[in-house]
Amino acid sequence: MRIPCPYCGARDSAEFAYLGDATPTRPDPEAPDAQDAFHDYVYLRDNPAGAHAEWWYHAAGCRRWVKVERDTLTHVVSQAQFAGGAE
Amino acid sequence: MRYSFLSILKNGLSGQSGWKPAWRDAAPKPAYDVVIVGGGGHGLATAFYLASEHGIRNVAVIEKGYIGSGNAGRNTTIIRSNYLLPGNEPFYEWSMKLWEGLEQAVNYNAMVSQRGVLNLYHSDAQRDAFARRGNSMRLAGADSELLDTEGVRAMYPFLDFDNARFPIRGGLLQRRGGTARHDAVVWGYARAADQLGVDIVQNCEVTGFLTEGDAIIGVETSRGPIRAGKVGLAVAGSSSRVAKHAGLRLPMESHVLQAFVSEGLKPMIDGVVTFGAGHFYISQSDKGGLVFGGDIDGYNSYAQRGNLPVVEDVAESGMALMPRIGRLRLLRMWGGVMDMSMDGSPIIDRTPRPGLYLNSGWCYGGFKATPASGWCFAHLLATDRDHATATAFKLDRFRTGHLIDEKGVGAQPNLH
Amino acid sequence: MSRLATGGLVDRARPLSFTFDGVSYSGLAGDTLASALLANDVRLVGRSFKYHRPRGILSAGPEEPNALVELRTGARREPNTRATVAELFDGLEASSQNRWPSLKLDALSVNGLVSPFLGAGFYYKTFMWPAGFWEKLYEPVIRRAAGLGHAAAEADPDHYEKANAFCDVLVIGAGPAGLMAALAAGRAGARVILADEDFLPGGRLNAEAVEIGGKAASDWAAGIVAELSSLPNVRIMTRTTVFGVYDDEYGAVERVGDHLPVPAPFQPRQRLWRIAAKRTVLAAGATERPIVFGGNDRPGVMLAGAARSYANRYGVAVGSTVAVFANNDGAWASAFDLAAAGVAVAAIIDIRREVAPSLMAQAKARDLRTILDGQVTGTAGRLVGGELTGISVRANGRNETLACDALAMSGGWSPNVHLTCHHRGRPVWDASIAAFVPGGTPPDMTVAGAARGTFALSGILTEGARLGAEAAGDLGFTAAALDLPATKDTPAAITAFWQVHGSKGPAFVDQQNDVTAKDVGIAHKEGFRSVEHLKRYTTLGMATDQGRTSNVAGLAIMAELSGAGIIETGTTIFRPPYTPVALGALGGHHRGKDFRPTRLTPTHGWAEERGAVFIETGPWLRAQYFPRPGESDWLETVNREVKAVRASVGLIDVSTFGKIDLQGPDAGTFLDRVYINGFAKLAVGKARYGVMLREDGIVMDDGTTARLADDHYVMTTTTANAGKVYQHLEFCLQVLWPELDVTLASISEQWAQIALAGPRSREVLAKIVDAPLDVSNEGLPFMGAVEATVMGGVAARIFRLSFSGELGYEIAVPARQGEALARALMAAGEAFGITPYGTEALGVLRIEKGHVSGNELSGQTTAGDLGLGRMASTKKDYIGRVLAARPGLADPDRPTFVGFRPVDGAQRLRAGAHFLPLGAPADLAHDEGYMTSVAFSPHLAQWIGLGLLKNGPARIGERVRAYDPVRGGDIEVEICSPAFIDPEGSRQRV
Repeated sequence: MRIPCPYCGARDSAEFAYLGDATPTRPDPEAPDAQDAFHDYVYLRDNPAGAHAEWWYHAAGCRRWVKVERDTLTHVVSQAQFAGGAE
Repeated sequence: MRYSFLSILKNGLSGQSGWKPAWRDAAPKPAYDVVIVGGGGHGLATAFYLASEHGIRNVAVIEKGYIGSGNAGRNTTIIRSNYLLPGNEPFYEWSMKLWEGLEQAVNYNAMVSQRGVLNLYHSDAQRDAFARRGNSMRLAGADSELLDTEGVRAMYPFLDFDNARFPIRGGLLQRRGGTARHDAVVWGYARAADQLGVDIVQNCEVTGFLTEGDAIIGVETSRGPIRAGKVGLAVAGSSSRVAKHAGLRLPMESHVLQAFVSEGLKPMIDGVVTFGAGHFYISQSDKGGLVFGGDIDGYNSYAQRGNLPVVEDVAESGMALMPRIGRLRLLRMWGGVMDMSMDGSPIIDRTPRPGLYLNSGWCYGGFKATPASGWCFAHLLATDRDHATATAFKLDRFRTGHLIDEKGVGAQPNLH
Repeated sequence: MSRLATGGLVDRARPLSFTFDGVSYSGLAGDTLASALLANDVRLVGRSFKYHRPRGILSAGPEEPNALVELRTGARREPNTRATVAELFDGLEASSQNRWPSLKLDALSVNGLVSPFLGAGFYYKTFMWPAGFWEKLYEPVIRRAAGLGHAAAEADPDHYEKANAFCDVLVIGAGPAGLMAALAAGRAGARVILADEDFLPGGRLNAEAVEIGGKAASDWAAGIVAELSSLPNVRIMTRTTVFGVYDDEYGAVERVGDHLPVPAPFQPRQRLWRIAAKRTVLAAGATERPIVFGGNDRPGVMLAGAARSYANRYGVAVGSTVAVFANNDGAWASAFDLAAAGVAVAAIIDIRREVAPSLMAQAKARDLRTILDGQVTGTAGRLVGGELTGISVRANGRNETLACDALAMSGGWSPNVHLTCHHRGRPVWDASIAAFVPGGTPPDMTVAGAARGTFALSGILTEGARLGAEAAGDLGFTAAALDLPATKDTPAAITAFWQVHGSKGPAFVDQQNDVTAKDVGIAHKEGFRSVEHLKRYTTLGMATDQGRTSNVAGLAIMAELSGAGIIETGTTIFRPPYTPVALGALGGHHRGKDFRPTRLTPTHGWAEERGAVFIETGPWLRAQYFPRPGESDWLETVNREVKAVRASVGLIDVSTFGKIDLQGPDAGTFLDRVYINGFAKLAVGKARYGVMLREDGIVMDDGTTARLADDHYVMTTTTANAGKVYQHLEFCLQVLWPELDVTLASISEQWAQIALAGPRSREVLAKIVDAPLDVSNEGLPFMGAVEATVMGGVAARIFRLSFSGELGYEIAVPARQGEALARALMAAGEAFGITPYGTEALGVLRIEKGHVSGNELSGQTTAGDLGLGRMASTKKDYIGRVLAARPGLADPDRPTFVGFRPVDGAQRLRAGAHFLPLGAPADLAHDEGYMTSVAFSPHLAQWIGLGLLKNGPARIGERVRAYDPVRGGDIEVEICSPAFIDPEGSRQRV
């Protein structure tokens, strides 16, 4: 599998570390229901069979976290951008 | 028909003409006491124990393809009860005890073979971790032995002892561990459950749930609605997808695990050996093929196929461990989709939806759990109480913090 | 000898000698082992898997199920090698396998006599009585009888390597379609790789006596290959099998040295290629299928196309009299080629009532007997060895026997769709050719020629040229139309036909796994009707040939039995690898010491000089201890090193720690969010111990972080977590808090770091620092950090830290200066008897001091578990804070960090022992925790331990059992403070 790093170009997935779903966002730690919100954030996943936004870290490259859109049924990557958007 | 010396003899003499279907290819009835979704080892074992232990026989196992088409037939067939944590070990030891009586219980030779599982260690820290685990096993009534280098050499003299990057310092041996013929486990449970009246419905895919308020009262399927007193999910690899029909999000990711088999060879490896300096495990089937595997591929996937980096990694570990296999050939490789849970341990529990029960999260270790998983899930479905060996497998443990994290890697499924 | 007087693509001037089962034979360059054996009239080659039936050579390619041999001897023995693809070399040694005592007289062939009992599923129904006999009695016997060849007993002596290749167009298969595709794409200027598993490109063009462009097909192929070779943008890879289609890459194995007695100097035996191709044309050809009838497995019964190949390519007659049995026109061409080569053809037996008049005319012209509407109902053979002597034929209601020593059969051809299935594409049934053709293909792959079911030569050439041009065109290359060479198509009609009903003897579907038509019937009767169940229950298609010659017939027979069509019955899909791949090739150089890279510390050479014993620590080799002459064991050495540190001064390389540079105005804020304790208010010039959690509230790592300037910190991590922590920090910064103005850099590799410890360490340090640095207790107090120069101008960072509990410093210098620093410190400390120490003494010192380390940071422990809970700030949020408060993690009953000493001071402690209350039974209900780390403390002259115990800190002074049955240990220990030495911490502050 090759991951199209926005900075380095298409690179073998072996250069990357995979984290997982890029959809959840870190909740407000001060909110009254913070513990429930963090539970959902850390543990619950949509785990779709199909399009999936996910974090890959280009460990053996530019050391950027890349948000990759990839299909979990076909493994086809449709887009990739840096955390916080394209640069 | 019971399999016996007599039935074998009779059929041998009559040109094998007298055999009957191993199980009926049932059509779904409109309602059952219990519907088990998923015709893999776990689902069929659940149905069998519901019928045999709890007298609940008005049961259907519904399967979207053919029985055993998922991970039951896509694993490396290892059975063992060498777990570390108190939430796990009694359960897996119970499973081992059920394996030990399985063939008599279901009248089917699943080739349960206790030829030993040996986990190698390569450092003092690993030795101490294995000692901790071996002692846990003893406390749970399982068997374990800690071997030193010479103990390992006596069992497997052909491992690389002299030139290894990570020298073999010893191993944790469970002599009662071993392998079983995976498909036969599926067929054995299916046949035995069928004989007790369980309907096995193949080519029947769940498309939704029948509900009454919050409660689940049946399933919508590709072959029509089926009502049920209780619905049990045992759909490893698809748990999130099926649970989604009930509005549930699970602490689960689906990942692909590859497994490998070599061409057939005369006996060379008696038991199961795992490498401690990489993720690699190997045994030899009764047919002679080396059966081996390693890490999951490491990214979410439902594709039932893996990629070359893991294939190479597994071969590298194999060559590092036993360099005599270089000229042997990899014959087949395949991928199975695992329910990787967030702490690496399974879930056997009720769900927030009344009437719906969940058996999932087996990660890449579900095969060995098959008998106890069925036993404990049946116990839960029949009595609405946890079985004594499965009290830790709660769905809400992530909320309460009672995690069962054997590897200590946290909420990152691809590292478990 | 069956070598024909003329013809073939073998080199008659280059005889090669070889042995089979110890008997010497002679073959020719260009032979395979199979063709050479046939040339020497050796027809019995192996024994089948289950019934040990005598078997010969069925095919001339990778589909071979029967002719499997052990090739070579000793450490290079290769079991299960298909003789049909093994290239002959001088001195080749091969042996038959799965037989005892000999190939001709195999004791286990008695299995054949009890075969009525051994049908499909037999094993599942028996061997269950009495319980417990399986492992002891039945299974060992079954295991010994099963399997095929023997693995080598020794390590593989050959090398393997891995390589990457990139191209625009990958063409798989160098037959007529592949050659045209490569030519079209190559002439257009695309970078082309043309890979073929054979050593001779051309595919079936080398096996069939047809003409292309007025030349013999094999000559035409050689001409195209010559042109392709002359194109700089085309690379031809022969002996290279593309075995798998993965995401964005193809796996291929090149057999670099398998055709040589040993690989050439400095060459690997095989090379694994990972090929990234923008477009792929699959031109993998097709595989002929046998027909299922009684006795179809005898040596001498083979595929018609194979018989043709042996005659045309190898100049070998597969028999003196050959009969042909078929359901399709192609086999007639085989018969004509055989006749043309001078082989006697007994008859062409075709199941069809009518065939094309042109075929009848050709047969007549050659004076060949034809039997239409005929079927072969049985075979006869020699008593010993079983080689074919004749066949029974049923035609027009009459039976007759025909004498022949070879039967060339053809049930039609199956396109080699394998690689199209690797992304789970499912082949579809094409009734017009009675075969499966590609369904879905992997991305950017097209299929040309016989692989997609195009069997007419002109069509194959056209399709190859078109798809090659299209692949190049897709990528922006302009392909000129190729002139298609003139060819004459031969008829290719077929009538689907799978098995002869009412034939005599076992009728094999899968020859290698001994699956018969009757077994398919048993599976049907017992309900194993889905194709996957059929396969798994009978083992059909699971042999080393992966069902190439058996799957379709098995499926068709099941379809016949169930009354469903083939389409409804379904098909199994092919998985990688296309053909079996040597594990050595997949492993490459990663074996032995090269299994994984070895990282050496900056002072490795210096430590080596001093006689250090090294230990693998993750990827690193670290000095474990430094033995001196006269020391009797490691413990004596370690005790000396520990005492030296406590009494005077010692040094150790700690460069393996992770080091991370953090700069920017928000660095302090950032650290506050990742550590449980505060760093924003840390004074410049000071360091602080920090603990960081994962978001789930469990401890991730610990270490010290120093503030060198307002906007500049340096962090150290544990050796094991260096990469993980860095990745985590980048995640926090890039994903969680991109608004923070901080820049991170890993500087682990840039800085060497040496810890100097012991009461005399200040005096040693003072000697190497450059003026005017003041290293007095006032100038550089405990937890002080300073940038300075040492050794006359070498940039350094000096941290006053202590892991041992003694006065201590860590001195960092640029990595290349690490060894010089070690030498300078040794020289400066000479007067104090400065002692290098290793990781063992480091461990003892920290255990005596009660510091947590890797064994305690297990990924299962909270800060509270480790006695570090009070460090956690209540005034800020940080990663892991919220979930650490969950009841399961905040439970005071959790096993918590304390120290232990044996009640009997002479007893040894062991890490991994579990704690049980005194007098309680040894069971899980009474498990109260475990010992994490132990050491012999020279300071206390006894073993001491650290561990996690339920409610530990409240139980100091109490005694518990340390239970260690796996090592026979069961002793009483006393719970104590984990700080065995200087609990007040005064020694590090002097």
